[in-house]
Amino acid sequence: MLSKRIIPCLDIKDGRVVKGIRFNELRDAGDVVALAHRYYEEGADEIAMLDITATVENRRTVAALIKEAAKSVFVPILAGGGVRTLSDFEMLLEAGADKVSINTAAVREPKILSDAAKLFGSQSVVLACDTRRKADGGYTVLVEGGKTDTGLELFAWLKESIERGAGEILLTSWDLDGTQQGYDISLLKRVSERFPVPLIASGGAGTAEDIAAAFLEGKVDAALAASIFHFRKYTVKEVKQFLKNKGLEVRL
Amino acid sequence: MIGVVHWGGNIGSLLNALKRTGAPFSLTTKPSEIEKMKRLILPGVGNFGAVMESLKKQHLIEILLNRIREGVPYLGICVGMQILLEDSEESPGIKGLSLVKGRCRRFIAKKVPQVGFNSVRSKSSLIENGGFYYFINSYYCDVKEEVSVATANYEGDFCAALEKANIFGVQFHPEKSGETGLKFLRKWCDAL
Repeated sequence: MLSKRIIPCLDIKDGRVVKGIRFNELRDAGDVVALAHRYYEEGADEIAMLDITATVENRRTVAALIKEAAKSVFVPILAGGGVRTLSDFEMLLEAGADKVSINTAAVREPKILSDAAKLFGSQSVVLACDTRRKADGGYTVLVEGGKTDTGLELFAWLKESIERGAGEILLTSWDLDGTQQGYDISLLKRVSERFPVPLIASGGAGTAEDIAAAFLEGKVDAALAASIFHFRKYTVKEVKQFLKNKGLEVRL
Repeated sequence: MIGVVHWGGNIGSLLNALKRTGAPFSLTTKPSEIEKMKRLILPGVGNFGAVMESLKKQHLIEILLNRIREGVPYLGICVGMQILLEDSEESPGIKGLSLVKGRCRRFIAKKVPQVGFNSVRSKSSLIENGGFYYFINSYYCDVKEEVSVATANYEGDFCAALEKANIFGVQFHPEKSGETGLKFLRKWCDAL
């Protein structure tokens, strides 16, 4: 049976791993290649490496770090952050990423999803989407690291992205990111049951219970988490053991 | 020397993994080089039709078929396994190498592609029975002869690996399957 994936996420700025709360108040969380390797050894199923500054300079740094990490990390690497063009996409794949996530650029010019899917295959195109709950209970799509509200309705946008060729969705709840208060389970469940591609939960994991809930109740395929691993609340292995005890299929 | 047939696509991960196994290998794109290789690997991230077209354009189909018929050990990874079959629902009208009877079919499942580590039931000594290997595929090999040596389940059983004389094919990506995957590569490189 296909196992549930745990994906530690490295947000990268100035060549270092950082982590904030709701995309702000960044704290240093360690060395990129060393952390990637540690998570690989602990049994991570994938490693996410995201450029959070979205500058050309940082993107090159991130590509170089991916290239270095890929020499000793033999699980898939998901890269992203600030990807604007097909050549950004290609640069990250060539550096050793297996998948690339696109966020703002896809909203600005959705054709990049279809072009990337055609060139590199849907399996390497991940739509990253930051979303915020509205007062009326709906969800809106944010871009530019959560700074800009596009006014797009989340479900309509996800539908379009998948039709254009996104092979996976990485959904981050802006309201909860970095808070360690748990994922937005009801939202995850609605998205997972509605759409025919794998869903990665992101934003808010504070405990192994939160991650178990994303799988058991939120019905997601993978869970991405940063804070709980960086600040050594749990090892990846401890989380996976917890999931196994809950009856979930995991690779240990 | 193991020849990694570079038809295009992203092969950095496989090269990193082969480096780790210590096996001597080189990238190859020319018939004259393929002629000399002791083993061949065809890596696979991509589309069935695109791979066949690319091999055709580089005039590699005939030399590949010749070498495989001569008995050189061949390892096809993911789409490198799929092109061993006759054709694929992914690329109607395009013929595969047709070394194995069968056709690649699209998964009928709630979510496609299949992405992640799946546990494999294996009767091959190269693949750990019960081990987890990384899959990322929308299509699988529906083989029509007795060549399947490992299966996995994705809302139904499918062929995870096939072996036919000197031909080996794996639907998973050993280069992305952690230490279990590296072990498979090491064993294949030493096996024959």
